[in-house]
Amino acid sequence: MAAEGKATIDALHQFELVPVLGDFGHAYMFSQSNLFMVIAVLVITVLMVAGMARSAIVPGRLQALAESSYEFVHDMVVGQVGDEGKRYFPFVFCLFMFVLVGNLLGLIPYAFTFTSHIAVTFGLAALVFVVVTVVGLVIHGTHFFTYFFPEGAPKVLAPIIIPIEIISYLSRPISLSVRLFANMVAGHVMLIVFATFVVMIGSIGAVGYVGAVLPLVMNVALVGFELLVAFLQAYVFAILTSIYLHDAVHLH
Amino acid sequence: MNERDGFERRLQEARAKRGLDQPAGSQKGLPAGSWGVGLRAGIEVASALAVGVGVGIGLDRWLGTWPWLFLLFFVAGSVAGVLNVYRMFSPPKRRID
Repeated sequence: MAAEGKATIDALHQFELVPVLGDFGHAYMFSQSNLFMVIAVLVITVLMVAGMARSAIVPGRLQALAESSYEFVHDMVVGQVGDEGKRYFPFVFCLFMFVLVGNLLGLIPYAFTFTSHIAVTFGLAALVFVVVTVVGLVIHGTHFFTYFFPEGAPKVLAPIIIPIEIISYLSRPISLSVRLFANMVAGHVMLIVFATFVVMIGSIGAVGYVGAVLPLVMNVALVGFELLVAFLQAYVFAILTSIYLHDAVHLH
Repeated sequence: MNERDGFERRLQEARAKRGLDQPAGSQKGLPAGSWGVGLRAGIEVASALAVGVGVGIGLDRWLGTWPWLFLLFFVAGSVAGVLNVYRMFSPPKRRID
């Protein structure tokens, strides 16, 4: 951008999808988003398989990482859903690792953040919504629908309460997906805006070199902050999934 | 007996200090910073409102009753949004059984 002489802030260009891997990418519309999803799955698989290959009593670094991520999600699911939540652990673990590795991969320069697309996050949230609803229906049958009418509420209020409860239930996948998507987009836009400031101010000359330090420092702090957000948003996604599963298993 | 109680209490304190025993409660680990909470509350309201408006407009198109169901579901969506935020802060009603 500096080479053009006049740099402009183009914060949204980074989210554009382009086909990768040459002819294959064009033929199958295989974008960098898909590529990084595959990379994320490979990273997770390698971490879990290689991490647990030796199964040493005193774990090495990789094994400690694999074990602690397993235990972290396991404790979260069992803590939220209860003991019967163990059977949903694989689902929540996959979601958590996929979102976490996706967020973290996106922070590597030149990498693409697939969680910054609402299509991806809404796909995941819709999956959670369907799974939670099916779990509720399988466990409780038609009794599941009492979820939309709290016990003890006056029957007269049913025409008001039921639509409101249904809207509240339907809003879950939207809030779940928008939260992750908005956080990732906001973070990456801020990063590129401050990075552009560095280039713009730095191109002025000697005075610019001094001035450019400020946005550069800001950007270093932002990268740290984004690391926190990447973890936090994966955590929020997983724990809300667990809370929804708790609601479906226990009804209220 | 007395001594044992003292031990239990100190064990509890130590475990709580190390974060081994978290206080029971739903959403215990959700971030509690003011920005995080504000953003989450806003998203809850906006998404409930979006669903309400979407359902209202959809039903109006289907039944040809524009704009009455839209207005009705707009209000219902707002109420659902407030309900979502209320649930965010209200302590969980969990039966122990």
